[in-house]
Amino acid sequence: MVLEFRDAGIYCPAADAYIDPWRPVDRALITHGHSDHARWGHARYLATEAAAPVIRHRLGDIALQTTRYGETHRIGDANISFHPAGHVPGSAQIRVEVGGEVWVASGDYKTTDDGLSEPFEPVRCDTFITESTFGLPIYTWPDEAALTAQINTWWAETRDRGQTAVLGVYALGKAQRVLRMLDPALGPILTHGAVEATNAVMRAQGIVLPDTTHVTPDLDLKPLKGAMVLAPPSALGSPWMRKFGPVSTGFASGWMRLRGVRRRRAADRGFVVSDHADWDGLNAAIAATGASRVFVTHGYTTQFAQWLGEQGYEAGIVQTEYSGESLDDPDPEEAQT
Amino acid sequence: MHAFAALFTELDQTTKTSVKTSALAGYFRSAPEEDRLWTIALLSGRRPRRTITTTKLREWAAERAGIPLWLFEACYPVVGDLSETIALVLPEPETRIDRSLGAWIADLRALDAADEETRKAFILAAWDGLTATERLVFNKLLTGGWRMGVSQKLMTRALAQATGIDEAELTHRLMGDWSPDRTSYHALVEAPDPSADLSRPYPFCLAYQIEGAPETLGPVTDWLAERKWDGIRGQLILRGGDHFLWSRGEDLMTDRFPELAQLADFLPPGTVIDGEVLTWDRAGDRPLGFSSLQTRIGRKTVPKKLLTEAPVIVMAYDLLEWRGADIRQRPLSDRRATLAAALADLPASVPLRLSPSVVADDWAALAEARAMSRDLGAEGLMLKRLGAPYRAGRRKGDWWKWKLDPLTIDAVMIYAQAGSGRRATLYTDFTFAVRDGPSENETLVPFTKAYSGLTDAEFGQITAWVRRNTTERFGPVRAVKPELVFEIAFEGIQASPRHKSGVALRFPRMARWRRDKPVAEANTLDDLKQMLALYG
Repeated sequence: MVLEFRDAGIYCPAADAYIDPWRPVDRALITHGHSDHARWGHARYLATEAAAPVIRHRLGDIALQTTRYGETHRIGDANISFHPAGHVPGSAQIRVEVGGEVWVASGDYKTTDDGLSEPFEPVRCDTFITESTFGLPIYTWPDEAALTAQINTWWAETRDRGQTAVLGVYALGKAQRVLRMLDPALGPILTHGAVEATNAVMRAQGIVLPDTTHVTPDLDLKPLKGAMVLAPPSALGSPWMRKFGPVSTGFASGWMRLRGVRRRRAADRGFVVSDHADWDGLNAAIAATGASRVFVTHGYTTQFAQWLGEQGYEAGIVQTEYSGESLDDPDPEEAQT
Repeated sequence: MHAFAALFTELDQTTKTSVKTSALAGYFRSAPEEDRLWTIALLSGRRPRRTITTTKLREWAAERAGIPLWLFEACYPVVGDLSETIALVLPEPETRIDRSLGAWIADLRALDAADEETRKAFILAAWDGLTATERLVFNKLLTGGWRMGVSQKLMTRALAQATGIDEAELTHRLMGDWSPDRTSYHALVEAPDPSADLSRPYPFCLAYQIEGAPETLGPVTDWLAERKWDGIRGQLILRGGDHFLWSRGEDLMTDRFPELAQLADFLPPGTVIDGEVLTWDRAGDRPLGFSSLQTRIGRKTVPKKLLTEAPVIVMAYDLLEWRGADIRQRPLSDRRATLAAALADLPASVPLRLSPSVVADDWAALAEARAMSRDLGAEGLMLKRLGAPYRAGRRKGDWWKWKLDPLTIDAVMIYAQAGSGRRATLYTDFTFAVRDGPSENETLVPFTKAYSGLTDAEFGQITAWVRRNTTERFGPVRAVKPELVFEIAFEGIQASPRHKSGVALRFPRMARWRRDKPVAEANTLDDLKQMLALYG
């Protein structure tokens, strides 16, 4: 097989390399910088140029080689190239071709254009490895314009009540995507340290983001009334929030589509913002690959594989250690302030 | 429907009681009277009759969404709510229908007489003309599964705010056997006729568990102590020659307990008693236990055999109405004396008796008496202030539960299942086992399930653990490595031939996650059998 599923991760025997391995290996091909995909401890890394700054920021001094999208690397007997996955800036699907047979491991992806990440590009292949984080028909996402209006309306209403809006967002990707949706005319935009650190990395690589103010212990909040605060989900309800006085809290995640989850998070508002493909996105992406065989990784694997089987694909399930859009376990990187 | 859906969203977006109350009060001030009446009805559990089966709704929704039925069914446990599942899988609406809540309910009722084709066409058209939230609300009207995070108490408070009518008085007006079909907002809320409903109960007085030592309650002589019986709390009403029995959840249970009909021959009309329905062992002079009572619950007609095997009595706690007068404002000492006098001369065969007072000179003696509760088939003591009126609802101060500490056992988790609704993404429903057999050939015997007692954070950690430690899947149930030990607390234990372990627990829940205990230190089936011998 072009790719095999091993204890350490998705393995390519022809290249002697792993894709997003979860145990230390010699050569790791990394789709993107989220901590369940880019882990510490591999001898050599290969990732896209745009993903590299965040990976370096998170993993420190590693042996990281970078690639442009679409550039072909000959590793052993395999031809390997990276293609935009639309998940977060720099995220990639990894195309592996051995002896004319093509497999694509897509990591995490979304098919809508968020205005920040390089838009998803379908890659023709024989076998496609897909996530299924939101692989049920109950998950469909509102369009970007509707989301933008919802979030800004909430901010304006919160501000007009004399409160501060605090929105829980993942530090890498979601935070910057939401940042670009915000209307800076409404008020100042403040950031938690975890978000600001990623902002700084992205600004340094040329990604344009609105101005933000890092909330440091000695920051004077008085002149910053009516602000929007972007913080990792773990900061919602923590003592860190007390300094803002009366707040309205929001949480941005695909899981907010479900009323039960919205209520359990105990945030005042839930916004359905996800960096993963929704039901229609998954189906459209898979169809566009032309693949006859599909392996389903993290998410609603059983249900989604059965559905694909009924649609005429040869579908299998693969156990991985990817967590998709985590709701409760904060990304370890996000605990830092 | 637009205003009602907006109310639903407003209520849904906050967990703060004050915000919910004012949102609902605002709605009560502005909505048409018919919609107000229906809102009160829906929020007090009075649902329109179901005209369409949920099976049909599932089929139609799957068909409209273009997905196979099995996939719709797979979505349902994830969402945890049928109405919401339907609302989520349907494609975006194509038209816009705006009708009042009352108009929708009337239309739905008219469907009763329609054939299936007409019903289906109506429902599909409605789905296609409603926004996501309106659809959810509409589906809730169809399925009758109504929960909006609003208790009847909160709804009553909001209505009191909107109308200026006293809250306790409103609580009473909204109780009993009324239906939005047969009354109006005016007749129900604004100008009630007390004689219109002879069956109408009074709001129950409820108690909290006592916090800390009972000594803080002052002199023991200020208090009536009685056993906390483990049956069904009920309100027995004798009026106009009829009798009615209400549960605390406002279910009319009269027909389930035919042996109580004779009480009208022994007590004057205009008598209302607060008490506990128990199945009673006359020979042993003690309750037969909750599993025996369970054979009577839910049975609308009772075979003769069951009447002899599990005869019920009402254990009377309090007197709320006497000779037609509402005496709830009189002190308990007074009400109890009247009750005792009324019951004093009843023949022993009459299924009504006074719950005995537990008399003690001081709190220490009362504590000793409490410790005996399990032997008498009771859960502990109730403490009620002798000088207090009979209040409406759950309040602190005059009534306290003083329950026994629960029994506990350390058990191993062996199966896990995801919760529903609020907990749909977490594994929260667990099956527990005890060890059995010699150590070289030990087996795990399942004996109970439990769903509650842990924090969301703990459930989150366990969920992550379950995902990594699944050994087998049976539909939604996962078998997991027998590794995690929990302290299970429960209120009682009884023999049960239906369970593999031979026992059934009462109110089992997780008291603690015993991270310090390995499986080898969990309790055994022999431990459980010993508890059964002691307390069963």
